[in-house]
Amino acid sequence: MLGYYIDLAFRSLRRNVALTVLMVAVIGFGIGASMTVLTTLRALALDPIPGKSSQLFVPLINAGRPLPDTLTYGDAMALMKTHQALRQTPMYGGSLVVAAADRVPFPVGARAAYKDFFRMFEVPFRSGRPWSDADDNDATNVVVVSANLADRLFPHADAVGKTINLSGHEYRIVGVTAAWNPVPRFYDLGFGTGLDGAEDVFLPFSTAVNSQMERPGPTRCSIQRNFRQETYATIDCYWIQFWVELPTAAAARDYKAFLYNFAAQHQLPGRLTRPLRVALPDLRTWLAGQIALPDTLRVSGIVAFGFLVVCLFNAAGLMLARFSARAGELGVRRALGASRWDICLQCVVETAVVGLPAGLVGLALTVAGLASQRALHMIAGSAAAVGRVTSLDGGMMLNTLVLAICATVCSALYPVWRASRVQPAWQLKTQ
Amino acid sequence: MDVMPILSTLRRNKVGAMLVALQIALTLAVIANAGSVILRHWTDMSRPSGLDEANIFSMSNQWVGQPADLSARTEADMAALRALPGVVDADATNSFPLSGWTWWGGANLKHNQATPSASSNIYVDTDHGLAAQGLKLVAGRWFTAAEVSEFKPSEMKSSPSVVITAALANRLFPHGQALGRSVYVTGEDPERVVGIVEQATSGSGTGMEYVDFSTFVPGHYMSTQLLYVVRTKPGEQQVVMRAARRRLLELSRMRIVGDPEPFSASRTRQFAVAAATSWLLATVCILMLVITACGTVGLTMLWVAQRRRQIGTRRALGARRIDILRYFHTENLLISAVGALVGIAAGLGANIWLTRHLAMTRVSPGHIVVGALVVLCLSQLAVLWPALRATRVPPSLAARGL
Repeated sequence: MLGYYIDLAFRSLRRNVALTVLMVAVIGFGIGASMTVLTTLRALALDPIPGKSSQLFVPLINAGRPLPDTLTYGDAMALMKTHQALRQTPMYGGSLVVAAADRVPFPVGARAAYKDFFRMFEVPFRSGRPWSDADDNDATNVVVVSANLADRLFPHADAVGKTINLSGHEYRIVGVTAAWNPVPRFYDLGFGTGLDGAEDVFLPFSTAVNSQMERPGPTRCSIQRNFRQETYATIDCYWIQFWVELPTAAAARDYKAFLYNFAAQHQLPGRLTRPLRVALPDLRTWLAGQIALPDTLRVSGIVAFGFLVVCLFNAAGLMLARFSARAGELGVRRALGASRWDICLQCVVETAVVGLPAGLVGLALTVAGLASQRALHMIAGSAAAVGRVTSLDGGMMLNTLVLAICATVCSALYPVWRASRVQPAWQLKTQ
Repeated sequence: MDVMPILSTLRRNKVGAMLVALQIALTLAVIANAGSVILRHWTDMSRPSGLDEANIFSMSNQWVGQPADLSARTEADMAALRALPGVVDADATNSFPLSGWTWWGGANLKHNQATPSASSNIYVDTDHGLAAQGLKLVAGRWFTAAEVSEFKPSEMKSSPSVVITAALANRLFPHGQALGRSVYVTGEDPERVVGIVEQATSGSGTGMEYVDFSTFVPGHYMSTQLLYVVRTKPGEQQVVMRAARRRLLELSRMRIVGDPEPFSASRTRQFAVAAATSWLLATVCILMLVITACGTVGLTMLWVAQRRRQIGTRRALGARRIDILRYFHTENLLISAVGALVGIAAGLGANIWLTRHLAMTRVSPGHIVVGALVVLCLSQLAVLWPALRATRVPPSLAARGL
């Protein structure tokens, strides 16, 4: 019977090609627009480090409002010394120049952190290992480099143990990370959405501060600041990112209590005259607050789904038109003994047959939409690693098709019900 | 035209009419909100930067290592650039308006003020900064060579003098003369306002409220990463751009010189996301209008088909073609007016929710009414074709099949 209904559906769709094409296009556009935005939103909302994100926290201490999302160097160092969390690291990102005798110097992204960084963020190693506590304390010139940079500099040998010149200083390579490119770069979104991916060089925090590694371009200072003219590291300016790992909810509670005490003790005379504020957001909460650009994206999301709803209303109207035009045919079927249920099934099959090509059109438009999103990010300057954010995987493709068929059938619910209420006798009389 | 017969017809056909009205309402609500986003981006993008945009290009320069003679090297670079034929002036700076780099801080009237009076972009320029950027001075003067000393980003210090934008001057000193007054921007000591420039726009990074607030601080910015800004004579930019990079590499190869970028390219890059978002939203809005119009055509066609007999009867009883046409147009006007009213309410409601939860601009009631009129006109147009077909129903149809 189902085969017969499918056959009937094709016959009826062929009878009014213009209407069919319009319906396929309308639903296809709706699906395409909403799936494009949904895929992008989903990529940005992905748990960047599954299983670990509820254990990573950002301690914030300040008197300002809103709370800056960074700490001062002084607070970060004092907090580091307490060793209250299972693991902890202050950090900041910068840019260094790789110089070698036989090549044109080139810049690389660098991250200054303590050795806990690698365990906290589960950075995989291809060879070697993170530096030691001693390196952190003594500000040794050691680095961990990415597989990418290692292969570029030492294509035929293991880079561990080799020396690399970064912005005029010699560093010993102690480890090479395996391919690791978290997108978005959740631990520091940088200037945009953090689509740049991970840095190529990691070095001890103390080393970076000693060698005066600058933050990329001009430094950004928070509004709340109070400069004392001392050295680089002691500027009372909010610029250090601080992460702690707290394995349990109890540990997180304890740490927050500790943070209040810590803040009270470190209330330096003259510096913080207003009541202190403390916060300890976890990774996902922090990330949600950080992503500023996707506000536009969220608005686009709402617009896209509004578009989908309009498309579905539209499809419902067209479907209503189609079934009403065929009231006579349906009346004949009813008169010949088809039940209401049979008519419903026939109409649902017919709409599903429209839904499938609409889904394919939607899929094609989604691919096109994502390509334009990629182009958008390229222009915005974060060319690397956008592929992952805006690629459509098998699951998403299946979702698109399922959504298309569900949406079509949903929009057809009322028209189908109306069609099944056709009065056979009345229809026969008018013919 | 009597609307009562139309209303009684509509009562028989509630769902179809509701579908059209809802479509119009949703379309209007969405395009009003999307439109306000587009409008905001467009306002941002069309704001002049205050610089001589047509004749400026920039290059980033990053020295390899930490050269001890940074200041001398930068000076040598500048001297070389200024000596190039076709160059008006050149300067080395931390950032310039719309460069993509922003550095900002609080601008205060008192030392250690609890809440900053305003937030300002900070640009460190030498005495050549005015000519190199083509800024327009409206009061006072620019820095003299004597005022320019080494400015280390790591040792934020107060400058003896600063130049601020007119917008910032108005915010800080709403009642009076800003020139000669003291402000606290980069340090703990008072800084005297020696000049006011007409306009310098940062574009983004500080929230649009502060976009026109800028402070220029005199200094040789002591960083291994600098932006070189070069202003050329009209029409000579292309030639100078090619020569400039070559000249710098002749002086030293131990550096990374970025590709020279005309100001227009910086501007495009700065607003790339805004422009792309606007285009995306505009496309969706237009598609939505087209689809709503298509839906209206489809449903009106259906109604015309359903009422052929009724139309024939009316024609036979003396209704003119124009009466039939007017009937369908009035019917559509009633439905879409209800849709538009609902849409205006929904659009404004959604906008209030959006502004509360997301960074969204307010929709002005005037704009949404204009949007409603556009949607009404469009749906009237959409009805035209089916209604014209209805006018061709022959009166003789009434006699048939009775």
